[in-house]
Amino acid sequence: MLILEQVKNKLGDKVIDIKIDTPRRVYLTLRPKDIREATRVLFKVLGFRFITATGIDTPKGFEILYHFSYDRAGMILSVKVLIEDKKEASIDSLATLFPGAEWIEREMWEMLGINFTGHPDMKRLLLNEDWPEGKFPLRHEHES
Amino acid sequence: MSHKVVLPIGPYHPLQEEPEFFRLYVEGERVVDIDIVIGYMHRGIEKLSESKHYDQSAFAVERICGICSNSHPFAYVLAVENVIKLEVPERASYIRTIIAELERLHSHLLWLGLAGHFIGYNTVWMWAWKYREPVLDIFEFITGNRQHYGMMKIGGVRRDIEDKEIPQIRKMVDGLKPALDMFKGAIMDDPVIKARLKGVGILTRQQVIDWCVVGPTARASGVNIDVRRDEPYGAYDKVNWNVIVENDGDILAKTIVRILEMYESVSIIRQCLDKMPKGPFDANFQDVLAGEGIGRVEAPRGECFHYIRSDGTNRPVRHKIRAPSYMNVASDKVGAVGYTISDATLTLAAVDPCYCCTERTTVINKPDNRKIMNGWDLVKLSQEKTARIRKEMKLDE
Repeated sequence: MLILEQVKNKLGDKVIDIKIDTPRRVYLTLRPKDIREATRVLFKVLGFRFITATGIDTPKGFEILYHFSYDRAGMILSVKVLIEDKKEASIDSLATLFPGAEWIEREMWEMLGINFTGHPDMKRLLLNEDWPEGKFPLRHEHES
Repeated sequence: MSHKVVLPIGPYHPLQEEPEFFRLYVEGERVVDIDIVIGYMHRGIEKLSESKHYDQSAFAVERICGICSNSHPFAYVLAVENVIKLEVPERASYIRTIIAELERLHSHLLWLGLAGHFIGYNTVWMWAWKYREPVLDIFEFITGNRQHYGMMKIGGVRRDIEDKEIPQIRKMVDGLKPALDMFKGAIMDDPVIKARLKGVGILTRQQVIDWCVVGPTARASGVNIDVRRDEPYGAYDKVNWNVIVENDGDILAKTIVRILEMYESVSIIRQCLDKMPKGPFDANFQDVLAGEGIGRVEAPRGECFHYIRSDGTNRPVRHKIRAPSYMNVASDKVGAVGYTISDATLTLAAVDPCYCCTERTTVINKPDNRKIMNGWDLVKLSQEKTARIRKEMKLDE
């Protein structure tokens, strides 16, 4: 797992947790503020390919998993961040680094209500224009 | 004076899945920008999945796409099996692989036919679709269905392939070889098709990387990725086959990749039929424990990705799905720009999304909203360009 060592070296103390679920499924936890810089390293320096991102509404906050593929080793590295403030949820946009992230950020914005700071073209992707403002289909009603 | 014209394409087309809407900004004949609007077929399947138990979702995700109706359930069952670390019986892996490659065959033939139609080669269209029929016959023979095969199941497959059926399947698969040879010759050796497709709709290697493009579209631009080899699932690591890579990035390269891939598919199916071991075809799984998992397969259009998070109940808390066209269609933003509108229908089709909507296209002159031409005119434009090339080559005399 040479590539994982490189990831750890390059990201240094940004890495809060790393879980090797199976050799081909690795989950890495970062702070939300580090996501842009970490993605720059993974995508531009280490040659990871961006697959997509999964936004999840959890009782603790919004979790986003950015799934990256390291095709040479057939490994998926999912970078997890937790945005605790649900009312003012926001995180840096990755679309400024590479355009392949534009659509999925638009989707997470309309489905969960997470703001992506610096996104070049934020508007609805899948929801119809008559869908009510402020209703987010993928949010859950959690008991407090 | 340059007239900036807006050219809407879409959103509905009765032939293909996934309606999309393309708004082309045109100056003279040249496409200068493009807006892509999707979402017409958004059915909320990710949300729906949260209310279905794990077995039901395999059927629900099969309905995401009518063309790669096996890829989604395949990636989904791999994701669930990844959550619970379930090993699938070997026989089931082989059967899954056979179904997946048959799907690639029929999907690539479908694409080839439509691409032929757009450049005015209606014979290619009719042949391609004619030879797609026997592939569907094989599906019917194995699964009982010509579409929506319902074969994938967590822990295995729903139906076995009986040994007595294998000689018949082998015969049907072998019957495809002469048809493939014919297409290879008719398309790759035809000077007009070459002239029409070469240098059009180029995606560079860097653009493929930046837009995170996958599948044949990426491989045609020299990006050597294929989930079947990079992270073998099913029986792909037990048979010999090649990943087809071309370097030019134009529509000709995308066509060649798809044609040559069909040969690999036939070869993979043959080897699977030969090597398939006897034994159970279902692991009879019981419960999905808490955890998370990812499954991905190489669909005909590229990597199809499913993520599952389970809290230990019989339904997932989150089910994320990403189809390959999600990445590939977005890249039209660079693929179609800079070329003429007579190439637009073809370029938008070259990533193999739905060919959305070209037939319902309208060209509208922006200042007074005057309709200039409809979708048929646009297809005609593309076909006329082919005719022009034929004439220049003096093939019609």
